Amino acid sequence: MTSFMSRRDLFLFAGFTGVVLLLPILAAPFGAAYPDLLQRFMIFGIFATGFNILFGLTGYLSFGHAAFFGIGSYAAMWSFKLLSLNAVPALLFALIVSGVFALAIGYVSLRRSGIYFSILTLAFAQMCYNLAYSVLTPITNGETGLRMALDDPRYLDRLFAEPAAGMPVPSLFGMSLGGWNGFYFSAFFLIASFLLAMRIFNSPFGLALKGIKSNQTRMNYTGFNTRPYTLTAFVISGMLAGLAGALLVVTDPLAGAERMRWTASGEVVLMTILGGVGTLVGPVIGAWIIKYFENIFSSFNANVLNNFYSFLPDGVREVAVTISSKFVGEGWHLSLGLVFVLIVVFLPGGLMEGFRRIAAWLGRMGNGSKRASQVGVQPAE
Amino acid sequence: MMEPVENVVLHVADVQKNFGGLRALSDIDLQVEEGKTHAIIGPNGAGKSTLLNVIIGRIPPTSGAVIFDGTVLTGRAPHEINQLGISRVFQTPEIFPDLTVLQNVMVPAFAKRDGDFRVNMLRSVESEKEIREEAEHLLEDFGLIGRRDDHAGALSRGDKRRLELAMCLIQHPRLLLLDEPTAGMSRHDTNTTIALLKKIKERGMTKVIIEHDMHVVFSLADKISVLAQGRIIATGLPHEIKEDPRVQEAYLGGVEAE
Repeated sequence: MTSFMSRRDLFLFAGFTGVVLLLPILAAPFGAAYPDLLQRFMIFGIFATGFNILFGLTGYLSFGHAAFFGIGSYAAMWSFKLLSLNAVPALLFALIVSGVFALAIGYVSLRRSGIYFSILTLAFAQMCYNLAYSVLTPITNGETGLRMALDDPRYLDRLFAEPAAGMPVPSLFGMSLGGWNGFYFSAFFLIASFLLAMRIFNSPFGLALKGIKSNQTRMNYTGFNTRPYTLTAFVISGMLAGLAGALLVVTDPLAGAERMRWTASGEVVLMTILGGVGTLVGPVIGAWIIKYFENIFSSFNANVLNNFYSFLPDGVREVAVTISSKFVGEGWHLSLGLVFVLIVVFLPGGLMEGFRRIAAWLGRMGNGSKRASQVGVQPAE
Repeated sequence: MMEPVENVVLHVADVQKNFGGLRALSDIDLQVEEGKTHAIIGPNGAGKSTLLNVIIGRIPPTSGAVIFDGTVLTGRAPHEINQLGISRVFQTPEIFPDLTVLQNVMVPAFAKRDGDFRVNMLRSVESEKEIREEAEHLLEDFGLIGRRDDHAGALSRGDKRRLELAMCLIQHPRLLLLDEPTAGMSRHDTNTTIALLKKIKERGMTKVIIEHDMHVVFSLADKISVLAQGRIIATGLPHEIKEDPRVQEAYLGGVEAE
């Protein structure tokens, strides 16, 4: 075990696993302890973790990762329709299909770096998005979105049993994946993705990726063929995006093209930067915060605001409600934008840097008071 | 005038390089002996850096070839050339500013051990004891061990150069190319670097060094080639070069007068 994981990493992994599994309890005081939302925490946590392997570790900013998310969704849905309602083949199929797409798109895009790479990935994602709406309608069902139907063939399921009556829903070897089951199912994959990211961060492979981010010229003159390294990172992160997309279909059996829009690609960039680029936990926290506030803020309406400001006199209250209503409900992206600007300007390392600063500050306070109490007794060690 | 050289490890054969209509290198024929330090000197603009870039594969020659130990280097990618056993120190140090000093030295060791591409995820860097210990050893030799956990970007310019040298040496290259290893250094730093390079000499590694500081060249070189206006005008032992009237005319005279 020592060569695989250091004691510190073991603590980190155990802590992360603990927090994830206890989320139904920990999130309760925030009013977020319901399976549907927590499942999104897991899914977008996986998305951001995978994205961070490419962006945070290797230094390549993809603006098209939502394409792999969407491709994963469609692939999983086709597995539900054609093969089986079991989620395992659906996830496997999504991983394979998104991996193949990532290989092709990555192979071309990684010929450039910097802004040109970003633009290439954006172009590919927009192509996927437009194709889903136009030429590929037979596969994607266009604007309506792809959903399951009673008369889907499901060849694998029919080999073993007659289809049950009622609307088909995804399951895990006969176990329903609705409600908390779905949350724990997704949580398992978030924890597995986190473990994978940890392995990559601490391994010689990850060190090579960090080297590429820091100075690619030196890497080449040091004997590394950097192209396959960046491509491997790209495919891993694309596959994790596909996995996340597939998990979303397990919960919410409708695959639509809007998941591939550039705004969705931008969202995962925000999550990663908000939490802390290149840190292990940061992107997951960023994903949780964005999904949490999306959920809270977007549900606020004029009524809620009126109640909130009920202590104010009539005229003032209306002004307060009018102003704040621009920042909530449909306009919650405005609040998100503001928070994002504040973070980038004052905490470029994201929330993780904030935590580090607080920890350092507390450490100094602790040391200071310790030293103060030791004055006159004996010199500090 | 050129006597046959034994144990040639690097052979620059009839290299020409034109940039548009400008002839940067002409009729370059250079043979570097195994285990020796071969210096290439010449006034500014003589084509020294172009020659080094041709050797390392960064610039393709217009004609001619570079042969290292029987392998043609011309047209190969930088990482392939490195994997053949050639490391390079740049004029402005190329290091990994965002990694720690220790990691900077460990990264090249992985390229040496694992080849140009390997997805190694099962071990952690911390558990790579052999490589870490060797890196720490080198950092001790180079007086950088006190900074092992600092970000390399925070080092002074002189320390960065030393670090880059350590990054090359951990690969145990057969041939080390040094592009003005003391440029921009103080006298003191220059002397420490000369001492370091002399120490490496004992390891029997072949070195090609490009330099215009005569003090450095005459302290280190076993053999010197003088480049002027894209041509090699003389090759010989240090004392021969010192006495060669053509060289004095082209270069040395001006410098010794300083």
